[in-house]
Amino acid sequence: MTEQKKDSLKKPLSRREMLKLTGVAGLGLLLGGGGASGLMTLGRKSSLAAMSETTPDKALPFYGKHQAGIITPAQDFICFAAFDVTAGSADDLRRLFKNWTAASAAMAAGEMIGEHNTTLNTPPTDTGEAAGLTPSRTTLTFGVGPSLFDGRFGLQGRKPKGLRDLPAFAGDALDPQWCGGDLCVQVCADDMQVAFHAIRNLARIARGHAVLRWTQEGFQRTGRADPAGGTPRNLLGFKDGTGNPDTTDAVLMDQTVWAQPADGPGWMAGGSYMAVRRVRMRVEVWDRSTLKDQEATFGRHRDSGAPLGSSGEFDPVDLKAKSSDGQPIIPATSHLRLAKGDGSQQILRRSYSYSSGLDAKTGQLDAGLLFISYQRDLENQFIPIQKRLAKNDKLNEYTVHTGSAVFACFPGSTNGGYIGDTLI
Amino acid sequence: MKKILALPAVVLATSVLLAACGNNETASDKQAGTSAAQSETQTSTETADAADQEATGSEYTTAVDGYRSFAIEQIDEFVKQTEKFTDAVKAGDLETAKSLYAPARMYYERIEPVAEALGDLDPNIDARDGDVEAADWRGFHRIEKALWEDKTTEGMTEFADTLLSDAKLLRAKVETMDIDASLMVTGAVELLNEVSSSKVTGEEERYSHTDLYDFAANVEGAREIYNLLKDDLAAKDKDLNQQIAERFDALEKELAPFKDGDGYVSYEKLKDEDVRKLSQNLDALAEPLSNMGQVLGV
Repeated sequence: MTEQKKDSLKKPLSRREMLKLTGVAGLGLLLGGGGASGLMTLGRKSSLAAMSETTPDKALPFYGKHQAGIITPAQDFICFAAFDVTAGSADDLRRLFKNWTAASAAMAAGEMIGEHNTTLNTPPTDTGEAAGLTPSRTTLTFGVGPSLFDGRFGLQGRKPKGLRDLPAFAGDALDPQWCGGDLCVQVCADDMQVAFHAIRNLARIARGHAVLRWTQEGFQRTGRADPAGGTPRNLLGFKDGTGNPDTTDAVLMDQTVWAQPADGPGWMAGGSYMAVRRVRMRVEVWDRSTLKDQEATFGRHRDSGAPLGSSGEFDPVDLKAKSSDGQPIIPATSHLRLAKGDGSQQILRRSYSYSSGLDAKTGQLDAGLLFISYQRDLENQFIPIQKRLAKNDKLNEYTVHTGSAVFACFPGSTNGGYIGDTLI
Repeated sequence: MKKILALPAVVLATSVLLAACGNNETASDKQAGTSAAQSETQTSTETADAADQEATGSEYTTAVDGYRSFAIEQIDEFVKQTEKFTDAVKAGDLETAKSLYAPARMYYERIEPVAEALGDLDPNIDARDGDVEAADWRGFHRIEKALWEDKTTEGMTEFADTLLSDAKLLRAKVETMDIDASLMVTGAVELLNEVSSSKVTGEEERYSHTDLYDFAANVEGAREIYNLLKDDLAAKDKDLNQQIAERFDALEKELAPFKDGDGYVSYEKLKDEDVRKLSQNLDALAEPLSNMGQVLGV
């Protein structure tokens, strides 16, 4: 490692950055202990705003107790990729993880990959399109799918018991081209070119070891377009993510997001299980429905994001409230009511919108949601929620699930270690 | 046929010199903001190394000589087989012409970078419809279209004659051509890039669907170059050498099921999944192969 590289790794945060971080963490601590839900949501909102709007060019640490990109406030863009491993042996797979780790740490820091970037007689080790760009809060989050444990790498005995392809849900219209994968990488960044650069270079490094199985790019409103950092809206025009648990509450995160040592297997302690669904939205059909129908579908007001019958986005959701005719104000088939259930299952949603051109057959837009959620346990959190939604959600008239995958995302790695070093 | 024609030999020679200078890594290499100005400074301060690198380059004389004889041998055979093909075309023997088309082309496809380095010869022999102005279109693919799409040899006599004379011109020019290790190394990668951009997609042989002949020949040509340089490579980077060897084997294994007698099955027999696998195996090989030049210092 050169002196310059060491320096840049050790480079202290600027005073301005440090002040901001202390402010955010302090607020989180204060509110995390508070318990009043209104305050907590206020805290989350403020921290989101502080993180995403005022530090767009920041580098987030790649190494740590947990992988970055899970409770990290969502960046503006995502490039998601699932890979199939073609390497023959566990050694090959380990080598891939080590090579990916070195490249990822460099990319998160906004540095060039590898040694040869000005050598004339060799292809540059970094493809170059992110040269000179800021780190853009890039996070790279790695996971392994159920198919990795099929015996090719001697990992049969280490498969988490809950890591299975999701059961078929009512109405699923899954297309194999958007499903599964031995490995996944979720790259998020505040710049699309920076995010794409990461996936491209990881795929290049993987050549001979793993091949791309499917990819999906996604976006949400940028920090620049929404300086206040409000809850982002999905492509149906509604705020999405209001009910997310408070990521600054460490206790709550241990309960809902991070796999605990006692959950087993040991290699997943500090990791998290990811569910990915590619949900196409029938936007043409949606656009022909009345606002009243749209609001009844979500159970929220479109403009404010408030639960039906309330006025503030973060007002408590009263599922018992009835209108004068005795009907529930938040309809029984609304997305809000079914997603919430009895409140016993929570997941951390980290979704992005996608737009992938046209459906060649119909000429309609292929646009929708790259749904991603993180949870401590798929069987007890994501699956029961999705079962409820698949069965009764009024939103199903306007959506179709075309892709599906689950991954066990590793705990974080330390500098000197590598991604997946607890597994292989 | 490549859309971007190869650089003239004089540019190649210059880039060998420049490339030699970049061999000493500096810390600035890692910095995102490394400017052109910086690399120019490196070049001028490290010219002393260039002499060393040139000396190293001459160590590959055996490989270069080996490649020259390989290329000549291939072109000799190419001229012979092309003559049989063009005779059949001129004789109006459609079926014989069709059966000789793809096998004759393989001798050309194995040494394509050599032809590309010789300027106009490659487009004259190997341009596809649309690669050149319609009025200038000639060569193999012009005749391919007649044989498979128009199902006739009519009107092809002139194209057949020109093709044969272009092939003979190639044979004459190769005698005087500068072949060096750098051309070999870039040539090997170019051969695989050719496969990647037009053969694996079925675009090269759009009428005859004999793309897999070209595919195999390009890979064989790249392997020949690698074989000539592999001992030198192994001495400098054992792991890279092993990786390249393994991936050549893997690609050949992937291609093997599509052999049919002395030739290959029609591209139309490939399933999407077959194409994807071939393409991925090709990329997996081309990536380490592209680092050969830096390791060899050429």
